[in-house]
Amino acid sequence: MKKILCVVETPYRGTLEEQDDATLWLTHSLKNAGSNMGVLLRGNAVNYAVASQDPAGVVIGKLSIEHPVYPQKNLLKMKQAGIPVHVIREDVEERGIPLESLVKDFELISGSELPNLFSQYDQVWHW
Amino acid sequence: MAKTLTISIMEPPYESATSTTSLRIIDAALRKGINVNVFAYEGAVSLTIKDQQPHPNPVHGTSVEEEKHPTTKFFVASLFELAKEKGVKLDWVNCGFCVDERGAGNWIEGPRRGGPPQLHEWVQESDATLVIPTK
Repeated sequence: MKKILCVVETPYRGTLEEQDDATLWLTHSLKNAGSNMGVLLRGNAVNYAVASQDPAGVVIGKLSIEHPVYPQKNLLKMKQAGIPVHVIREDVEERGIPLESLVKDFELISGSELPNLFSQYDQVWHW
Repeated sequence: MAKTLTISIMEPPYESATSTTSLRIIDAALRKGINVNVFAYEGAVSLTIKDQQPHPNPVHGTSVEEEKHPTTKFFVASLFELAKEKGVKLDWVNCGFCVDERGAGNWIEGPRRGGPPQLHEWVQESDATLVIPTK
């Protein structure tokens, strides 16, 4: 079984219209189908690890988005399903996001640790 | 006399926050009593495709009914309803060439076919024009 690391760099791509993040959704689907998956959040996507984010309340015309995506909750479910979730510490710090605001269950790693992380996977998919 | 805003959107649905933000700007303008013209260009012509269907979410274990997926065609239809309720005009033109090259001509009720001459006319008549491109 090939081991695949999905690197997510661009967050919130159509997430309000999709009620999901397409990359995380596909990663979770592949896991459910039997693939061995991992996730690395880098760049702006590190915001997906912020625990208190809340996208509720969007109304367009007379339609509300009733089930907006909470990426941090989806990632937590993914972790519980056996998908490791890594977050690049420097990308969090560069954006002024307090480390204590992140979901505690995700693994913070340094950029210098990436070669070692990549070596644990057969394929790295950069989304 | 009500003001008029022309918006040109280029972003296709379901790919970024840009199309959602565009729809929210239209919503906000209509609620303020501003007439809105929309020129849907390139991928944005797919916002109004009638064949869009809500779907279940097997990853979340939700059915179509539970998921309540508000597709962009429903959002646009709802904006037309809102305009009617507010007594302002929402005019939506899908770029004809963009529609043809995508085979994206089956729309909900409301949008009509047009092209750059329509945009030209709107720009001349509007109080402001907002261009929202794709990246």
